[in-house]
Amino acid sequence: MFGYALRRVLTAIPIVLITITVCFFILRLAPGGPFDGERALPPDVMKNLRAHYNLDQPLISQYFIYLGGVFRGDFGPSMVMEDFSVSRLISIGLPFTLMLGFSAFVVGTVAGMIAGAVAAVQQNKWPDYLLVAIVLIGIIIPNFLMANLVQLFFGVYLRWLPVGGYQPGSIAHLVLPVLILSLPHGGRVARLVRGSMIEVLGTNYVRTARSKGLGTRLILARHALKPALLPVVSYLGPGLSYLLTGSLVVEQVFALPGIGKYFISAALNRDYGLVLGTTILYVFIILALNLIVDVLYAWLDPKVRYR
Amino acid sequence: MKITQVLKAVTTAGALALMMSSAALAVTLNLGNGSEPGSLDPHKASGDWENRIIGELYEGLVAEDAQANAIAGQAESWTISDDGLVYTFKLRADANWSDGVPVTAQNWVDAFQRLFDPKTAAEYAYLQFPIKNASKINAAEITDFSQLGVKAIDDKTLEITLEASTPFFLQALTHYTGYPIRKDIIEKFGDQWTQPDNIVGNGPYKLVEWVPGSYLRGVKSDTYYGKDNLKIDEVRWDNTEDLTAALNRYRAGELDILTDFPADQYKFLQDNYPGQAHVAPFLGIYYYVLNQSKPPLDNVNIRKALSLSVLRDVIGPDVLGTGELPAYGWVPNGTANYEGTPYAPDWAEWPYDQRVEEAKKLMAEAGYTPENPLKLQLRYNTNENHQRIAVAITDMWKQIGVQVELFNAETAVHYDALRAGDFQVGRAGWLMDYSDASNTLDLLKTGTTQEGVMNWGNNYGRYSNPDFDSLMDQASKELDLVKRSDLLHQAEAKAMDEFAAIPIYWYVSKNVVSPKITGFEDNAKDINRIRWMSKSE
Repeated sequence: MFGYALRRVLTAIPIVLITITVCFFILRLAPGGPFDGERALPPDVMKNLRAHYNLDQPLISQYFIYLGGVFRGDFGPSMVMEDFSVSRLISIGLPFTLMLGFSAFVVGTVAGMIAGAVAAVQQNKWPDYLLVAIVLIGIIIPNFLMANLVQLFFGVYLRWLPVGGYQPGSIAHLVLPVLILSLPHGGRVARLVRGSMIEVLGTNYVRTARSKGLGTRLILARHALKPALLPVVSYLGPGLSYLLTGSLVVEQVFALPGIGKYFISAALNRDYGLVLGTTILYVFIILALNLIVDVLYAWLDPKVRYR
Repeated sequence: MKITQVLKAVTTAGALALMMSSAALAVTLNLGNGSEPGSLDPHKASGDWENRIIGELYEGLVAEDAQANAIAGQAESWTISDDGLVYTFKLRADANWSDGVPVTAQNWVDAFQRLFDPKTAAEYAYLQFPIKNASKINAAEITDFSQLGVKAIDDKTLEITLEASTPFFLQALTHYTGYPIRKDIIEKFGDQWTQPDNIVGNGPYKLVEWVPGSYLRGVKSDTYYGKDNLKIDEVRWDNTEDLTAALNRYRAGELDILTDFPADQYKFLQDNYPGQAHVAPFLGIYYYVLNQSKPPLDNVNIRKALSLSVLRDVIGPDVLGTGELPAYGWVPNGTANYEGTPYAPDWAEWPYDQRVEEAKKLMAEAGYTPENPLKLQLRYNTNENHQRIAVAITDMWKQIGVQVELFNAETAVHYDALRAGDFQVGRAGWLMDYSDASNTLDLLKTGTTQEGVMNWGNNYGRYSNPDFDSLMDQASKELDLVKRSDLLHQAEAKAMDEFAAIPIYWYVSKNVVSPKITGFEDNAKDINRIRWMSKSE
């Protein structure tokens, strides 16, 4: 068991290295640089800036300077957010993004399971149709549009919740972002639960339980729920990594202090340090989550360990 | 309950009530500030969203009034030598930093030395290049910083010597590159000096919180000389990169001022929030550059045909929806020290049909007709509005025998191509750094050779005319403002008569201001300092 986990950790190292290398060189191949704004800088100023960020050195030595920094835990400076190092931006933004992602994960998973189970039990009756419709809307409507709609509805018209912004310690400011982020996830969970629950409810052992005269609730709780959850469990790993890395739209729309939005803006600004920093971070999150899921599988199913 | 407990409870309740009432009395301005500030270091900042914050944390020798005119700031008075070269500033006796230390002339000596130090790599250092030896120090040609034309005569007297007389120098000093700094603070905290716990400013507000990606918060500075006149106690600058979401926040009363809004919501705002959307002329020009370093756009008649056939009157009102005014010249109306009639070509008054006929004739002379069209590539940076305009102009050019291929790229790639001269027609824009005609006209000066390489700077179209250059040169040496303005007018006419570029519209500023706010005055620089505003509940 421990050996399997160790092997997986060791294979993750070359993956991270390859990602850093490929990313580093692809970024430099892209036309335009961090200082190619709307205005041409005087050549002397450009020279000074490039020297300031080591950009005047040969690419290969820049690569090793960067790699050396990464091993020391230093992701270098951000060339656009100049008052912060990349490491500091990550240390400020990551806890928030993780908190947001986990909250959405818990809310979406729980709500999705309940909705899916209710829909399955009420199959082809109005609660089923209603829930399926809500789920589809949650999955189909893009994040930014849905965010705008809930802002208008709950914030502008009803005035129940703040429309956007962030206030340390204020839960009210997080309700809408978590709702928006959890909708697609909850929707997918609900569909999975509904599908597998309907299947389980049609199996022979449930029919047997019913013929024994057991009540619906008891059947659901004791016989149907557990097997119906299996496909959901396998979806939770990718679902969680999607939530942790997919918060950029929500962070942008609600002006939240997470790390997600840098992923896009840094690439557009050619902020080399920040692009690499966030990419490494995401690779790390995805690898870690996959590792945890795989180790869990190995623990559940001994066959996996020896493959 | 014991009496002490009762007393405790009463005092606690009293203290709480007092805190709540004083909290209720504090007036907070919630400002939708646009993008995330990249830096609060006056030598590293580069955007108007940074200026809106930095300009409250610091104050220069010269500051801005509600109309953004230059007024006395940290300097209470100044004298200018007859040759226009030496400025002597007398600092206010009551000018203090936010940690209580008095502001001294040495703070500016330190600031300018740091600004021009090549190691600082300040992007906007060139705005203060009128100062003697500044550009040489920045290019590392002079390493002895004491040769810089900025000297502290005594604690409260500062002398600045210029390379040449520069009528817009006071204007330039209102820019954040003219702010003082605290060398000791920067040396003490290094890269961390702009963080809320460390930063020391001399402006009306001091920074107390910075949550990157979300907001910054400032409170009234107790040491600011004008603190008693400040009506706003606290400021929150919110990140409003998402304009639609920001407008929602404004509608819910969470933001008092928006510094931009989605153009397609202008009509909605006018109908539902009358008087709150402020659209005002702004010192800037939106234009197309024409690459004149290679055929076919080196032909002035083709450039003329392209310019004539652009129906500018529909761009602002119909294509954009915010009523930008059509541009035919190169210097925005309202630019300081630029009296006289604005440049207007006679064809601007012609009916559009006549302009199209003339353009067709010119194209036919050059050998192009709708059957045998001239093929051009039009590049723009990816943006909905740029796209709309490009599509409209493509259509206008089609009728005169020009077939346009549209090509869009993200900003960094777009400007990289423009600078490399790798384009035919390209979209560009210029917002003036300070209100002076030379600031836009310099864009059309012939490039300079440096280390064997031709550097065209922001003259992407590579327009080059020795007469134009000579007029600009004469103007830069002219001390008489009226004569100087006349020379600059001649230069503008020269370049525009040769269709050095296609001006399309003058920019407008787009603010949304709540009726609770008074003292927000639209101005051509779109600079609105909070010290002039007040807010009622």
